[in-house]
Amino acid sequence: MFLHEARLKRQSLLDSLFRNLTRLAAIGVLLLLASILFSLVMGSMPAIHAFGFGFLKSADWDPVNDKFGALIPIIGTLVTSGIALLIAIPVSFGIALFLTELSPRALRRPLGVAIELLAGIPSIIYGMWGLFVFAPLFADHVEPWISDHIGALPYVGPFFVGPPMGIGMLTASIILAIMVIPFISSVMRDVFDVVPAMLKESAYGLGSTTWEVVMKVVLPYTKVGVAGGIMLGLGRALGETMAVTFVIGNAHELSKSLLNPGNSISSALANEFTEAVGELYTSSLIELGLILFFITFVVLSIARFMLYRLGKREGKAS
Amino acid sequence: MLNLYTKRRLTNAIGLSISVAAMAFGLFWLCWILWTLLDHGLPAMTPAVFAKMTPPPGSSGGLLNAIYGSIAMTMGGTLIGTPIGIMAGTYLAEFGQRGWLSPLTRFINDILLSAPSIVIGLFIYEIYVVRLKHFSGWAGTLALAIIVIPIVIRTTENMLRLVPSSLREAAAALGAPQWKIINFVTLRAARAGIITGVMLAIARISGETAPLLFTALNNQFWNKDMSQPMANLPVVIFQFAMSPYEDWQKLAWAGALLITFSVLTLNILARTLFRQGNSTH
Repeated sequence: MFLHEARLKRQSLLDSLFRNLTRLAAIGVLLLLASILFSLVMGSMPAIHAFGFGFLKSADWDPVNDKFGALIPIIGTLVTSGIALLIAIPVSFGIALFLTELSPRALRRPLGVAIELLAGIPSIIYGMWGLFVFAPLFADHVEPWISDHIGALPYVGPFFVGPPMGIGMLTASIILAIMVIPFISSVMRDVFDVVPAMLKESAYGLGSTTWEVVMKVVLPYTKVGVAGGIMLGLGRALGETMAVTFVIGNAHELSKSLLNPGNSISSALANEFTEAVGELYTSSLIELGLILFFITFVVLSIARFMLYRLGKREGKAS
Repeated sequence: MLNLYTKRRLTNAIGLSISVAAMAFGLFWLCWILWTLLDHGLPAMTPAVFAKMTPPPGSSGGLLNAIYGSIAMTMGGTLIGTPIGIMAGTYLAEFGQRGWLSPLTRFINDILLSAPSIVIGLFIYEIYVVRLKHFSGWAGTLALAIIVIPIVIRTTENMLRLVPSSLREAAAALGAPQWKIINFVTLRAARAGIITGVMLAIARISGETAPLLFTALNNQFWNKDMSQPMANLPVVIFQFAMSPYEDWQKLAWAGALLITFSVLTLNILARTLFRQGNSTH
């Protein structure tokens, strides 16, 4: 009897030990985020003291005179990611539509895996391929055409005039688009799959075409999830480093044309951080990292909230 | 009437053809990139790649020290990150029904999952490299571990949730304490899925470059000491590809081929393994 009780006690002790151990690991995740934020803020303190909020608005980047501003990298990051999304959203939608509605059942899985493999290729490979293969072809065959034709249009023209160098903001955007397509399309495919078959079949039964079913039944039902997937892709594009570093040209210059080289936050970090001398230089780069972290944090939070909302409604419906 | 009908059919046909074109567009890039890798990488793949150290500019050599460094840091990162990830994932799935901790952790974890890896590199630089005043293999290992943790948490939680609660109840009815139920019943039932997650995490970190740039840095020589700067494939590829020397660029292509095919093989292996693990249930 006594032995039995002692054994029970030991087991409940082990239980609470185990529970607290796993809880500690979960708390560790929160601490990890907190310490990332804290260390970045501490590291960027000298730059924050020196430049204040002017850091965000200044286009200076002058290591010799210790004058730094984040405007050019921030614009570069936002513009390249924005253009990447413009290309990636329709393509990802097409891929998700193909995989959920059109593909023969036997091909569905291999094709889905193939698209996901595109996400598995390391970003440095995209960078090398972009620099050595894509950029020269782009410079020879596509950029002169863009400069001559789109560059002549009113309003949008000035954004597309420039020397055909191959590397630049537009090339970086296109490569970013290829990289985020698998992320966006796999989220879209997953949320399209949660649409109840009955809803779709009702629409088909009323005589809708596949296109109408997708546009009028599937998309309205999943729009929150689709938006979440797009934001997730945006989060990826904003933080992408190596591929952009290879092809963006790394010029701290603000130019109107997308064909000119530019800079993004992540490529500035990758290129300059190990060579930065002086406290202010290093700390300005760390502040760039902090800004990047902040932007992606906001974007990813929005993405998650949207995906949770779809998930919740799913739970209620079933 | 007929007009509307034709119009609808036409819209449908156009929409669906665009969808097929989008699929082809996606596959096109995959094939092009893989073809480029084979085209440039295969001629550069010589036995010397696996036998010699990274050379100074203008002479021939191999990638042995970089391959070793990559494997060592990837293994280290996985060994550190996996247990933490599995424990936290277990908490979220098994104990996290009530309270504020698990929803918050889940949310933060989902953000860390797609956080820019270069920021992780900056973080380790700040807390490790600055303190110790030198780059090291350990710093790179830590940075990779931080990337592993959220991936493993996510898959562990998802896989544990797939385990039917009747299994847990059956074990509880036999009088098993909770730690035994989790360790010997639920975690074991979810094993295939969790291993898949770990393999995907390994695939992810073996190609990561950005977090290693300011942590492990690079090293031209054979180095087994993790507390020294350490050569690794991604950073060597970056440095060699950006250089003007032809020998270096050739080695970079060889490394790129090596890394891509190991990552893709891991990816495919993980997926087939998970499929088998699932079908046995």
